[in-house]
Amino acid sequence: MLKSLKIEAEKCTSCMQCELACSYQAEGVFNTAKSRIKIFTFHHEGRFVPYTCTQCSEAWCLHACPVEAIVLNPRTGAKEVLADACVGCKVCTIACPFGTVNYDEDTKVVYKCDLCGGDPECAKACPTEAITYVQSEQTGLERMRIHAAQAAGLAGGAADSGA
Amino acid sequence: MAMRHVIVGAGPAGVIAAETLRAVQPESEVVLLGDEPEPPYSRMALPYYLSGKIDESGTYLRSRANPAEHYRALGIDLRQDRAASLDTERRSLRLESGEKLGYDRLLMATGAVPLSPPIPGIDLPGVLNCWTMEDARGIATRAAKGAEVVLMGAGFIGCIILESLVRRGVRLSVIEMGDRMVPRMMDQVAGGLLKRWCGEKGLQVHTSTRVTAIRKGGKNGRLEAVLEDGSVLPADLIISATGVKPAIDLLKDSRVETDFGVLVDQRLQSNIEGIYAAGDVCQGKDFSTGQYSVQAIQPTAAEHGRIAAMNMAGKSVLHQGSVNMNVLDTLGLISSSFGLWDGAEDGEEVKTLNEGGYRYLNLQFSGDHLVGAQALGLTNHVGVLRGLIQTRVRLGPWKQRLLEDPTAIMEAYLGCVQPIGYNASVLA
Amino acid sequence: MTWNNKVLRINLSKGEVKDEPLNMEWAKQYIGQRGLASKYLAEEIDPRCDALGPENKLIFVTGPLTGTPASTGARYSVVTKSPLTGTIACSNSGGYLGPEIKYAGWDMIILEGESPEPVYLYIENERVELVPAGELWGKSVWDADRWLHNKYQDPQLRIAAVGRSAEQGCLYASIVNDLHRAAGRSGVGTVMAAKKLKAIAIRGTRGLGNIHDPKAFMQAVSAGKKILAENEVTGAALPKFGTQVLMNVINEVGAMPTRNMREVQFDGASKISGEAMHEPREADQKPNLVTNIACGSCTIACGRISTVAPGHFTIKHSPQYWGASGGLEYESAWAMGSALGVDDLDALTYVNFLCNEDGMDPISFGATVAAAMELYETDAITKRETGGIDLRFGSAEALVEVGKLTARGEGFGKDIGLGSRRLCEKYGHPEFSMSVKSQEFPAYDPRGIQGMGLGYATSNRGACHLRGYTVSSEIMGVPEKTDPLTPEGKPKLVKAAQDAASAVDSTGLCAFSTFAWTLDDIAPQLNAACGSDWTGEKLMEAGERIWNLERDFNLAAGITGKDDNLPERLLKEAAKTGPAKGKVNELSKMMPEYYQLRGWTPEGVPTEETRRRLGLGA
Repeated sequence: MLKSLKIEAEKCTSCMQCELACSYQAEGVFNTAKSRIKIFTFHHEGRFVPYTCTQCSEAWCLHACPVEAIVLNPRTGAKEVLADACVGCKVCTIACPFGTVNYDEDTKVVYKCDLCGGDPECAKACPTEAITYVQSEQTGLERMRIHAAQAAGLAGGAADSGA
Repeated sequence: MAMRHVIVGAGPAGVIAAETLRAVQPESEVVLLGDEPEPPYSRMALPYYLSGKIDESGTYLRSRANPAEHYRALGIDLRQDRAASLDTERRSLRLESGEKLGYDRLLMATGAVPLSPPIPGIDLPGVLNCWTMEDARGIATRAAKGAEVVLMGAGFIGCIILESLVRRGVRLSVIEMGDRMVPRMMDQVAGGLLKRWCGEKGLQVHTSTRVTAIRKGGKNGRLEAVLEDGSVLPADLIISATGVKPAIDLLKDSRVETDFGVLVDQRLQSNIEGIYAAGDVCQGKDFSTGQYSVQAIQPTAAEHGRIAAMNMAGKSVLHQGSVNMNVLDTLGLISSSFGLWDGAEDGEEVKTLNEGGYRYLNLQFSGDHLVGAQALGLTNHVGVLRGLIQTRVRLGPWKQRLLEDPTAIMEAYLGCVQPIGYNASVLA
Repeated sequence: MTWNNKVLRINLSKGEVKDEPLNMEWAKQYIGQRGLASKYLAEEIDPRCDALGPENKLIFVTGPLTGTPASTGARYSVVTKSPLTGTIACSNSGGYLGPEIKYAGWDMIILEGESPEPVYLYIENERVELVPAGELWGKSVWDADRWLHNKYQDPQLRIAAVGRSAEQGCLYASIVNDLHRAAGRSGVGTVMAAKKLKAIAIRGTRGLGNIHDPKAFMQAVSAGKKILAENEVTGAALPKFGTQVLMNVINEVGAMPTRNMREVQFDGASKISGEAMHEPREADQKPNLVTNIACGSCTIACGRISTVAPGHFTIKHSPQYWGASGGLEYESAWAMGSALGVDDLDALTYVNFLCNEDGMDPISFGATVAAAMELYETDAITKRETGGIDLRFGSAEALVEVGKLTARGEGFGKDIGLGSRRLCEKYGHPEFSMSVKSQEFPAYDPRGIQGMGLGYATSNRGACHLRGYTVSSEIMGVPEKTDPLTPEGKPKLVKAAQDAASAVDSTGLCAFSTFAWTLDDIAPQLNAACGSDWTGEKLMEAGERIWNLERDFNLAAGITGKDDNLPERLLKEAAKTGPAKGKVNELSKMMPEYYQLRGWTPEGVPTEETRRRLGLGA
């Protein structure tokens, strides 16, 4: 069974430890601007929501890539960007309906969460267990994915009820 | 006998269809026809080949190291050949090589071909399209540092090769007949900013004018492009990027119904049973309008390829419509547009513009939904615009918030799909 | 090394933008942040200059751990000469702005001169622009924040701004970043507004690299985080109650300055305490507290996010305050609550919103209103001066009205914006001002906590709890318990607390980390980050160096040992209730020993020997 990031936003304090850990792992610098996980602030509600790629099974980014620069890591289930192969066309950034693939204007390639190869730094750095790395069935991510897919049309092709 | 699927066209739609068929119907036979000598490649990647960022193999859709092996290993019969004619009665193709190829299911994934503007001299040597790998090689040969290049067309395709030409160090002039750059992707505001941006980067873009003739006459047999106002631009190379049209020649005398592209139903099947269409040739359903139109974009080709293949394999899957969207990098200024970017009837809109900073965001609403968007200078979380449009999420209070602050698109999406409320209870 | 080695120097008079290398020699001696910028300021300005004139400078500065994952490592300071006190001022803030300065590639921003017209500063990495701010001038911090975010279409832009109170000359205006974090005290916002600088908007995408020894650093950071998590204060009390955990505690020990320090216990304390913020309200069955919030990198997360109950008289007709925002910290709850005898939690929360919205220090504001209330009750001022406000102790309505006026610099709010010393002098009762060197007291009564009296009297920026928080020892027993009611041993305690705080304020870390950390826990994090060789002892010494540098600045500014004093009330009027009943602050017993321990003359001037020992030069 694959593991997934489980995010419980109500525990998040917006301390940015996840973003620092992520950017350091991925970029070698502490740089929230390049973090793969982002904390979104709902100031008026007093809520902070960490959010990153759910490694969705539709893999919109992977299928949209014209040069096979996004590949599935079968061990982790992550969709990983091969920076060497990416030409920087950005099609995946508009194809991902969750907004979790970003284009880096400095390196001219795209980036996204790769689960750190199966040992995500964000989860280790989180002081409140708002982000944990657990067996997929516990995450509710499956439900989120299904919800997302069911919302009109996103599945790209919903099964025909007659079939 | 195993079912034989024949796919005409080895672009993204064709390749994804072939791979999908292998996955869902392993016992079937899959023939993939490509009429260019290269392994299946991506036209999207050609500008990056031209700018020297990648070599030819970097444009390959699959396996840069050994593409032939990729298709062989999957059991896809990849052939370099061209379908010359179609017999829908006998369910067979005649190939240019002379061979007759029968099929049980046929996928038209023939893509598009460049339009050739009807102007004198368009066929002269030194006037090239930028569509195939062969075109790209020709451009690479002629577009040397310091060469004078005239680019006809500042639409999507024209714009994506701008940067590579500038990077090659050519002296570039761009001629666009519309009143702005990318007129079918962005509005006047964005198009105007793009033009100003190019100007600041030292690139002259002439809009609302056209090349009326091309002639040979300059020194050393150079070309000259004559503009509407009579002015003349000398050129070592003229690139025609004035648009493309679906490649439907094969269907000319067939019973397969076409309009601009191949007319299909929601299973991407044409009026003739067993013949499907996908990608740039396919006049498929547009998510936003509900109408059938040719989108000619990579993500739609990928969706078409997968869904057509599922149906060809007997698994009924309905295409719910693709969101028209584009993303463009014009000398470092990144723009994108989604869905009904030009607005819906009786819709509402919000725009926020920072001219000096080259930032522009335009959201289009219809009722409680986001239906379209344009963005300039936005590279973070831009895909969520697609998500907001395509999930038809009810915005509720977030609509008002977006009207006040359109940049809160991620917050709007997250706020709509998960409960946001009091946290104090979790404090230990 | 976590320094970018880059200082941004901006001359607002000329509109000039320059960059220069950071003085690394000074960084070695003064650590960073408070110490380093104080050294720059002391070297670059005449201490006797007009704090609101073009000769004064305003320095935004980070520490070596700002922007790193070292827990609480998100602090920045603003260093300048204070218009409120005439001393050197260093106000320190959290949130997310400090790291952004670092990520944009800068360590320090020095603002010189005075712009001829309102401007704001936009920084995107190496791109630095002074932009005319005509449209922003006259706006609140919150409106300016919204306007700038909207203009740049960048939700990640970090913004520090001054509000209308600063523009109108309120002498304790703050600089507010991230909507509700503030470089709060001593009027640093007033200086910024006097320079016609409305805001600084920063976006950094370069990040912070060059960690000297990454592996050792991550290990030291993890070890530090673990200590904070396991500590009762930093791991449990602060996240749950915030600094408001103190309200009931301080009240019980009889050190709660109440009604302009006429009393030392407040009967309404429990209604405005951290515990009360958790209680469901009648109006909406929801608590005042919505959530806790951390500053960047902080694993304590003591910040409060609160709402005012729907329909509460303060916000009934003002939808802009219906959402959540920065809630009450202990100091603000005290200054607007106990100090005024007001026990309406939501009214305090609302006025705290106003302090953030228009950038004013809630401590000085509340304490000045307390003085005004005493003036009003003794008929030294009447409704004629207050503009009709019935300014009685205990009146939430009066607090709210005067809060609005002060935030906008209108009417009687102009008087309140003077601070208590100038206000009380204006109306003939200087003895009502509860301040040292013109800066108002915070929330610990020196009759009930003797060490704090000495700390207030000798603080280099006027009365201040953060300059030497002996409450840790005297009340909480950190690192060891001392008796709050005796002056004995307090000079040593105060000196140590002042030196340690000077060091911690120079690192990029938060003072609250020291409820659990000692300087020995901080040194390895600094060393692994920068390749330095700090020890707890050396950090203490650097802290002492910083303290003496600040003292020298103040002496040169004309502020001397005579100003190391407390208001008569605290020295002569005994506490009426509680454990400290019958006590006054015994400052005179502590002062000579303190000067001696500091190596100062009996007049409070550092001796040659002391200067030499600390490498301060003559």
